[in-house]
Amino acid sequence: MADQPKHMISSFEADLKKLRDAIATMGGLVERAVADASSALIGHDAELAARVIEGDAKIDAEQHRIEQFAVQLLALRQPVADDLRQVIQALKVVNDLERVGDYAANIAKRSIVINQVASGFSLAGLGQMSSLVQQNLKASIDTVGESDPQKAIAVWRADQSVDDLYNTIFRELITYMMEDARNISACTHLMFIAKNLERIGDHTTNMAELTYYAITGTNLPDFRPKGDVTSTYMPAAN
Amino acid sequence: MSSDAQLPHTLQQVPGAEPRVSIRNLNFYYGATHALKNVSIDFPDRQATAMIGPSGCGKSTLLRVLNRMYDLYPGQRAEGEVLMGGDNLIAPGVDMNKLRRRVGMVFQKPTPFPKSIYENVLFGVRLHERLSKAEADERVEWALTRAALWGEVKDRLQSSAIGLSGGQQQRLCIARSIAVRPEVLLLDEPTSALDPISTLKIEELVDELKRDFCIVIVTHNMQQAGRCADQVAFFYLGELVEVGSSSQIFTAPRERKTQEYITGRFG
Repeated sequence: MADQPKHMISSFEADLKKLRDAIATMGGLVERAVADASSALIGHDAELAARVIEGDAKIDAEQHRIEQFAVQLLALRQPVADDLRQVIQALKVVNDLERVGDYAANIAKRSIVINQVASGFSLAGLGQMSSLVQQNLKASIDTVGESDPQKAIAVWRADQSVDDLYNTIFRELITYMMEDARNISACTHLMFIAKNLERIGDHTTNMAELTYYAITGTNLPDFRPKGDVTSTYMPAAN
Repeated sequence: MSSDAQLPHTLQQVPGAEPRVSIRNLNFYYGATHALKNVSIDFPDRQATAMIGPSGCGKSTLLRVLNRMYDLYPGQRAEGEVLMGGDNLIAPGVDMNKLRRRVGMVFQKPTPFPKSIYENVLFGVRLHERLSKAEADERVEWALTRAALWGEVKDRLQSSAIGLSGGQQQRLCIARSIAVRPEVLLLDEPTSALDPISTLKIEELVDELKRDFCIVIVTHNMQQAGRCADQVAFFYLGELVEVGSSSQIFTAPRERKTQEYITGRFG
């Protein structure tokens, strides 16, 4: 990790740094995508949404580039101990980041549709959920390559508030749909957007778990409270 | 596993294996130099233990203690216990010839004697046992087969061992060591003078031999330790820093020093 004594082979040290930097770069692209997708939704900005959708290819390309580099490190450097764990972390984190990029693109797509259908609903809840998700995502990406496991644990725990918000939004949208069947189309898109944000939150905690593993060599416990209760939610019949 | 509840965590070893050799509080001195400091470690039966560490860390000294090679040099002395089957190997009055039958050793460079392949294999055996011609033939075939050399030399057993390749010579030395049917086989950097393919043959052989023997291997090659040892012990400046299963040592070592050494962040 960052505060370790230097590797005796400086080119290996440089390679590991290059790997961390590449993840930071990809992380930056993904953060940007989520932020832009949310702005496009809240600000009804179809042009920005189109740019997010277009930008996803770049995130995918970045993932492949990092994976290739990590495989190369495994083959040529045969890393062990924390070096090995860092490379494994990189291989898995880029998967999570790539998924987050997909969700951002999906939010962007749906935001374009919502612009065309209706704009009568308050997007404040989704906006709030999105800022929280973005904040956690940034913190999680920043902890990659850190040496303090406590930071990873903090991110890991923070997802609970995202789940709480998601539950609230879910119920709210159900109510709109029950009030007027014409709302169903827009609300379904909004519901998927909320679900996408919630999934981004899950990938954020995945990354924190991977960071914790890379630092300590042990796994976080399995029992992180799962806050999404919507899979068992059923509104009372009138 | 030892019943000693107060053992340091360096002794949390691969579970489920009976120790063939138990070392307790071993100290070794080259004159005034304190080369091994209070080392306690178990070498489990039918497993390979790799000892790693930088030059001068004490790992080769430990091998020399195990077959009391240091006895040949005045001024060198060992204190503590090296227990094998209830005997303390470093206590005075231990029969050296008997000990060396129980503990075989293979060195860094192949050391064939300028004799036939056949006589090389029987060299140690003849010091301890009287065998008939048929028994001797049988023993030679057994040892060479176990050393994965039989197929290559069976038609020229009477040729000089010096004519063999380096890798073959090293396998011959292993055959010579196991021909006396020792309990423990010590390998001191057995592949450092060999090409990669001969190295892999020796590693494969270690894998085979550990079914029957307790194997202790000193190696500077970390990948080799990972590939052929069940248990890895890291030594530094005469102290045993950490011992654990090879997978634990190479994925998540407990000690910072171990981590720095195996990842190459040292000094």
